[in-house]
Amino acid sequence: MSEVRLQIDGQEVAAPEGATVLEAAQGAGIPIPTLCHHEKLEPFGSCRLCTVEVERGGRKQHVVSCVYPVAEGLTVRTRTPEIERIRRVILELYLAHAPEAPRLKALAEEYGADKDRFGKESSFCIHCGLCVRYCAEVKKKHAVGFINRGTKKEIAFVPDIAARECWKCKECFPLCPTSWLQAAYVLVEGILFPREEQQA
Amino acid sequence: MDIARVDQIIDRYGADESYLIQVLLDIQTENNWLPHEALERVAERLRVPLSRILHIATFYKAFSTVPKGRHRIHVCMGTACHVRGAQRVLDAVQEATGIKPGETDLELKFSLETVNCLGCCALGPVMEIDGKTYGKMTPAETAEALRNHD
Repeated sequence: MSEVRLQIDGQEVAAPEGATVLEAAQGAGIPIPTLCHHEKLEPFGSCRLCTVEVERGGRKQHVVSCVYPVAEGLTVRTRTPEIERIRRVILELYLAHAPEAPRLKALAEEYGADKDRFGKESSFCIHCGLCVRYCAEVKKKHAVGFINRGTKKEIAFVPDIAARECWKCKECFPLCPTSWLQAAYVLVEGILFPREEQQA
Repeated sequence: MDIARVDQIIDRYGADESYLIQVLLDIQTENNWLPHEALERVAERLRVPLSRILHIATFYKAFSTVPKGRHRIHVCMGTACHVRGAQRVLDAVQEATGIKPGETDLELKFSLETVNCLGCCALGPVMEIDGKTYGKMTPAETAEALRNHD
């Protein structure tokens, strides 16, 4: 596989063709924050926290580095005032859902995000999909999935499958960037109170 | 809905995951809602994870995972209908059927939903029963229209 040369934060970086900007940066030891990335899983691009600025042919744009492929001659900046602002607002929105999540609090400190900026709606879930994707892609059990859409979107265990598979696995809990208690709760709820119908 | 019927619907198209939505739509049309057993059968036949079917079945408004009545009532609460008295029409429907928006009565006769515009504001206040439009409704006419359905 051929190598692609690009510049990240002024540093010359070589990455295999087809790699993402995030992978290239991580390979070069340049940190980019992310909540929904997992090396065993397909890129998902839901948390948007890994947003970076790329410049190509004199044109700048903001892209999500975990789904953006590297290209020859690309210039990437991972920390500009605008990027910091974007990440701060994303964090503030997440903190409205999970104000006490340790990982979010640490990032909030780094980016100066105000956890009280937006009204609280503590769902604890930021829809990163790590649990859903881990269960589907690595464990191939499909015991947990998303239901509903928009503001009502949430994760839910499929009771029949969860009752069979989850107690002995639980590998998705530590993946959760906010609170695995939420996952545990939904699991218990799914097994003890199987809801055949989910609100449409 | 029995499983044999679900199988017949699947056989119309072939047991391939690309027909998932079409299969679900047909079950929905025939049965008015998607029973869990039917979804399990679809998952098994089309080899699609049940969690993904639930994701899709709860994503689209066309599907319902709870029982729905034989007749679907949509009362328009859009701006034009609102100023022309949609609330009174809705009240009349609730009075006649005993259900609130989003609910279905115990005999599975009616399901009631509010919508935000049916696209015919000149006819406001508007309601739809099973896709048929009833325009310029009064509470009395509303009750009359509902009586003609069983």
